[in-house]
Order: sequence, then C-alpha cells, then structure tokens
Amino acid sequence: MWEDIKDWASGFFVTGDPLIYGADVAIVLATVSILFVLTYFKKWGWLWREWITTVDHKKIGIMYIIASLLMLFRGGMDALLMRTQLVMPDMEFLKPEHYNEIFTTHGVIMILFMAMPLMFGLFNIAVPLQIGARDVAFPVLNSLSFWLFFMGAMLFNLSFVIGGSPNAGWLAYPPLSEKMFNPGVGQDFYIWGIQISGIGSLMTGINFVVTILKMRAPGMKLMKMPMFTWSVLASSLTIMLAFPILTVTLALLFIDRFLGAHFFTLDGGGNPMMYINLIWMWGHPEVYIVILPAFGIFSDIVSTFAKKKLFGYKSMVFALMSISIVSFVTWAHHFFTMGSGASVNAFFAVSTMIIAIPTGVKVFNWLFTMYKGRISFKTPMLWTMGFIPCFVVGGLTGVMLSVAPADFQFHNSYFLIAHFHQVLIGGVAFGYFAGLYYWWPKMFGFKLDEKLGKWAFWLWNIGFYVCFMPQYVLGLMGMTRRYSTYGWDTGWFGLNLVSTIGGFIMGAGFLVQVWQILYSIKKMDKDTTGDPWDGRTLEWSIQSPAPMYNFATDPVVKDVDDWWEEKQRIAAGGKPAPKPALAPIHMPKNSAMPIIKSTFWFLAGFGFVFDWMWLALPAMAGVAITMLCYSFRYDTDYYVPVEEIRKTEAAAGRAV
Amino acid sequence: MSHNANHAVSHGHGHDHDHGHDGHHNMEALRQMGFWLFLITDCILFGTLFATYLVLHNNTAGGPTASELFEMPGVIAETFILLTSSFTSGLAVLCMHKGNKNGLIGWLIVTIILGASFVTLEISEFLTMIDEGAKISTSAFLSSFYTLVGTHGLHVSVGLVWMIALIVQIARRGITPVTTRKVNIISLYWHFLDVVWIFVFTIVYMMGVM
Repeated sequence: MWEDIKDWASGFFVTGDPLIYGADVAIVLATVSILFVLTYFKKWGWLWREWITTVDHKKIGIMYIIASLLMLFRGGMDALLMRTQLVMPDMEFLKPEHYNEIFTTHGVIMILFMAMPLMFGLFNIAVPLQIGARDVAFPVLNSLSFWLFFMGAMLFNLSFVIGGSPNAGWLAYPPLSEKMFNPGVGQDFYIWGIQISGIGSLMTGINFVVTILKMRAPGMKLMKMPMFTWSVLASSLTIMLAFPILTVTLALLFIDRFLGAHFFTLDGGGNPMMYINLIWMWGHPEVYIVILPAFGIFSDIVSTFAKKKLFGYKSMVFALMSISIVSFVTWAHHFFTMGSGASVNAFFAVSTMIIAIPTGVKVFNWLFTMYKGRISFKTPMLWTMGFIPCFVVGGLTGVMLSVAPADFQFHNSYFLIAHFHQVLIGGVAFGYFAGLYYWWPKMFGFKLDEKLGKWAFWLWNIGFYVCFMPQYVLGLMGMTRRYSTYGWDTGWFGLNLVSTIGGFIMGAGFLVQVWQILYSIKKMDKDTTGDPWDGRTLEWSIQSPAPMYNFATDPVVKDVDDWWEEKQRIAAGGKPAPKPALAPIHMPKNSAMPIIKSTFWFLAGFGFVFDWMWLALPAMAGVAITMLCYSFRYDTDYYVPVEEIRKTEAAAGRAV
Repeated sequence: MSHNANHAVSHGHGHDHDHGHDGHHNMEALRQMGFWLFLITDCILFGTLFATYLVLHNNTAGGPTASELFEMPGVIAETFILLTSSFTSGLAVLCMHKGNKNGLIGWLIVTIILGASFVTLEISEFLTMIDEGAKISTSAFLSSFYTLVGTHGLHVSVGLVWMIALIVQIARRGITPVTTRKVNIISLYWHFLDVVWIFVFTIVYMMGVM
C-alpha cells in the first residue's frame, strides 16, 4: 500500500532536482503563511467581499497587476537561470531537459501571464476613468476574465511541481508537442493553462470594445478620446479577431493528443506546418496586441510631461488602427525558411516592412510633441524617453529580419532573440512600467519614490543594452536559440559573459522596483490633489484613489484633453463648468459566479491534463451549471444613495 | 454606469442626466451589442475550422473518403430541419413583439424539438460512420470533419439547453426588457448557427460527394 502511494507520488510530483525541492518548500511555506495571516487577522470575509467577488474595474485592475508582477518574478527567474547556464562554455548548471523546460515556461509566462495581465490591469485602471464611465460595459464578465486568467496561470505554473513542465518551446510546435514525442503531461498543462486564460482574454477584448464604443461621457466624440483609450480600442479589436484562432489551434492540438486525431501528426495525413501557420496567425497579432497599448501610454505621458498637445493626433489614430489591421497579414515572416516559395515570402516580407511606416509615424509624433516642450523628467517620462531609441533599434533590426533572403541567415539565431527582446522589453515592458508609474497615484492614492524610481530606470536600461547588444553579434556569429550549452572553440564566451552580467543588472533593477514600492508604502506620500502630474485627461479630474463610483456626476466633454483645457479656462479667470445635481448612481452588485466558474475550469483543466475523467467531466458540468444559475439571477444591481456620494466626496475634500 | 450607457445609446429614451432609473433598456442594448461582437469571434472560430478542413480534406491516409462516407438523404433532412427551426425561432420573436407570451413559449418549444431532432440525426450519422470504421483517429480528413461538424453540433446543443432555461424565465417573469433581450440574442445565435450549417452543407457535404 505504502509502496503504491510512493510510486504514484514519484510520478505525480516532479522529483530529482534540488532547485525544485527548494521551490516545493517555498510554495508550501508561502501558502501556509498566507492562510495563517488571513485566519489570524480574520480577513477571509474582507478578502471575499472586497476582492474575490468584486466587479469594480479598479480592484480587478489591481489584482491583474499584482498577479502579473508575481509572474514577472517567475519569468525573470527563468531568464536568470538560463543566463547562468550560458555564462560560460560547458556549464553544467542545468541539464539540457531542464533547460528546455525553462525556455518554454519563460516565453509563455512573460507573454501570456506577465505582459497580457499587466496590460489588462492598465486597461481596467485607466480606460473607464479616461472616458468618464462608472465601470466597464460588463462588470461581471470582467471579473470572470480575471479569474479565468488567474486559474489558467495557476494551472500552468502547477506543472513546475506536479507532473512536469512543458518543454516544446513557447509556441509548442508539433510534431515535438505531439503525444508521440512528448508523452508526459507538460504539454497538456500548456494547452489547458493557455486555453483557460485565453478565453478570459477574448472576453476582455469584447468587453472593452463595447465599453469604449458605447460608454463614453457625453461630448466625447471618438476623435476626442485620450490616445491610450484609442490604443486599447485597437488592441481589443485585434484580440477579438486573433484569439479565436488560438482557441481553435490549441483545441486541435489537444484533440490530437487526447483522441489520437491527425491534425498535426506526421502520420495519418496530418500537417505540422498547418499548426505553425495557425499559431502565428494568432501569434503575430498577439505581439501587436501587447505593444499597441504601450504606444497609447507613451502618447499620454509625452503630452502630459512635455505640457503640449500630442503632435499629430489624427495620424496617431490612423497609425494605431492601420497597425492592428496589417498585423493580420504578416504572420508567415516567422517561418520564411519553411519553403512556402518566393512569391509567398515576398508578400509577407513587404507586408512586414509596411508596418514599419505607421510605427515610424508614431516615433516622429512623440519627438515633435517633445520639441519645444517644457519637459519634466519624472519616472513615467524617463521610461518613455528610454523607450524611443530602444524601440527604434529594435524596429530596425525587425526590418532587417523581414528581408526574406537575409532571414535565412538570421532565422532562429540570437540575432532574432535580441530583436524580439528589444521590442518586447524596450517597448512593452518599458511601456507598462511607464503606465504603472503614471497611474500608480490614481490607483493607490500615494506617490512612488522618484529617487528609487530613477535607480530602477537606469539599472533596467543599462542592463538591457549590456544583455542584448552582445546577442545580436552572437547571432551573426552563428549562435542559434535554445542551445543549452556551447563549446570553448566557438568563440562565444566573452559576449555570453557580458550578456549574463546585463541580465543580472536588469534583475537588480527589478529588486529596486520592489524596494521602491515597499519604501513608498512606508513613506506614504499621499496624493491629495488627485492630479499629481498636472494631467490632461479625465482620470486626473477626480480624487486619488478614485471613489467606487468614479465620477460623482457625469463629466461633459468639450475638447481633446478636456481636463487640461478646463484647468486653462479656470486659470484664465473663467468659472469651472457648473456641475449637475447629484443623483443616485446605478452600480452592479458583487458576484461569486466568476470565481466559482473559474475554479470549475481549473479542475476540469487539471482533470484533462491527467486524463482523470472522473474529475474533468463533473467539473465541466460544474461550469455549465454555474453559467445556467447565473442566467437565472435578475437582481444584479443597486443604487448608491445621494447621501453616501456626498459623504464620500466630502471626505476627499471635494465640494459637490 | 447605466447612466453613461444612456447618453451613448439614447434612442430618444429619456435623456442625459436626471434619471438613472430607466437605465435597463439601454443596458440591454449594450448587452446585445456585446453579443454581436461575440458572434464575430465565433465566426472566426468556425472560419479557422473550415480552413483546417479545406487544407486536410484530401488527406485520407488510405481511409474512407468523403464520397464513400456521406449519405446525403440524412444530411438533407438535417438541413431542412435546422432551416425550419430557424424559421420557427423567428416566429417566436414575432410573437414576443406582439406581446404574446404563450405563442413565444410555444414556438420556442417547437424550435427546441426541431433542434433536438437535428442533433439526434447528426449523432446517429456519426455513430454509423464510426461503425463503418471511420473514426476521428483514422485520418486527418476525418479528424477535421468530426471537429468541424461536431463543433457546430455542440453549439446547437448548448443553444437547446439555453432555450430551455429561457423558457422557464419567460414563464416566470413574462416579457420584460431583460427577457426580450435574451430572446433576441438566442434567436441571433440560432440564425448564426443556421448560416454556419449552410457552409457546412456546401463545403463539407456537397463538395464531398461531388
């Protein structure tokens, strides 16, 4: 009996690596201490009412951001483990199998469980406030999106200690990811983790399109929207059109593995190249999904900190929208070497080069906005200024890669690795950091320490160039991606050593950011004005943090950058716009459906991973029943009485 | 929040600021728009499955081919049943607009019966094929066939459960703005599945036996 249990456990849990035993201990300790603290301080009720069942977009945004920062830590650890393995030739720090798992989880986590939720967090924090709305169009669906993402991410991360991690690369190309070559459960964790969170992402896309198109404050025409809101619209439309392809692709891979079908197998008439096409038909738009909102953040920050109207508002809108369209016809540039033929490659090479045009337009818009502006170098602006040169170089190496014949040389080399890290770190990560620093006071009501912020900025920036510039050269010297080790005779030692040092400098930058947050919580430098940066858009017209109902009365918008214009009018001796009388505010009630349904999804995913139909089928039934029960709930909203609004506003020192 | 929805949507129904109490109507319009967007995503989902089928439909790997397997009389019967059910769901919506609750429920029940017959026929078609040795694991052609047609069938089945739940709600609450929106949405969904089926019929079955 005991022996049976031991046998089962040694197959079920991941064993044999001291790193993983260490992680096991850390996970158990962290879980126990969280449970203890919640029980000791009697916080379970609070957690349930204020966070888990909340439908408030601001709280959901904060939860997204916390989760994504945890994932950034995990993904960053993966990166540093890899850089340690590559620091010198013939290292024996990680075994090749382990290295495969780490580059796989690093990629998946950074794109899908770090960049995406950080982006959704900022969508949630800023968009309703920028357009003068009280919440998103579908608040309960919004909460469901978050919990699906969270459960998907947890399921994926569980593979680290239970069953074994996926190891077929971040896009899981078949036939390597098929059952024949990958019989373990790692790829099934991959499929279900991403599938569950992907459904959440799809719903967020729909939610924000409706929110932006239908819930803007009166007077805010489309062409008067803040640029971040425009970028969220572009990104959300792209999500809507791209994510269903991912859903199908992963489902087909699962059917191959689970039912023995032949979509992508080498036998039975399957076609692995079709997977590669399908996954990039989602995957290429995906990288624009994450970069477009960063462009929007930079646009808002540049005009705020240069104290000027954004240069070329219309061309910026045009650039955002055209990128989101063209992003759908460039996917094959990820595999010029597949052998599609000259004309196909030529088409995709040209379409890829075309995308550089709107992107270039944006860069000039930002530069001209800064030109003759009174620039203040606060942290959000620093990240923006760090971004521009970094992204220009990353973009140009992208154009080099898009030249199909040359790509036969660059393909899958460290040149490519350096390119996409430069646009993803220099573009996406810097953009979201900038956004996080920019909206932090609005989220929490206090400012982050500027001095530590500058340290973090310089460490990240210097670390970035030290880490990735050598990789361009390594790529040209013939080093290909996913090598777990290399010999002394390659001549790659020096540059790899430099690159690893750069990686650790960025790690130090991350630690400084964590320290900065903790330090600023302790210092508690409150933002009493609600407008710490002398901002331009509606979110800065209300107190920090925003009250539960956002706007006591509906703002009426006349101009682009309406709040800025209003401030100018008052400064010129004008009267503030008269505010309408308070009226009861219609708000959605909390709901437990999202967490319950997502938990069922998690259990179903886990069941499918291990072929435990006794778990998967009842859990799928649970998903269906939760959905049905929710359909019968009609009592979904309530009114905030005028008296409560008056009290809240008075407490924040605001006359109404 | 419905407040905001008001001025955005405002079909001459109340105005701007001072109410907040008649927000429901416009909330329902928002939800209906959300469903249209969902249908776009579902369109892409089916589009991807059709593309997969078109790429793989000749890869029979020595197994049975489309023209050997498909039996058109059953498929044509399925097609007529589903098209009729689309028509009856339209009649249900017409009854709803006339305020005829019993007519609405009655036509929904007819739609459910037709939909259920469609699903039954499809399942029996699948079982016959499997009996003949044409399984999902036989060839890439059959993998993509079962997945495409099965996904459509799954959508229809979900619609059936949904419609039953909706009938209970209409019986309890009558024709309100909320139930009206729900009926509108499910009839949209139902017509959408009908359109998808026309493509399935043409691309999978007709081209298969030609």
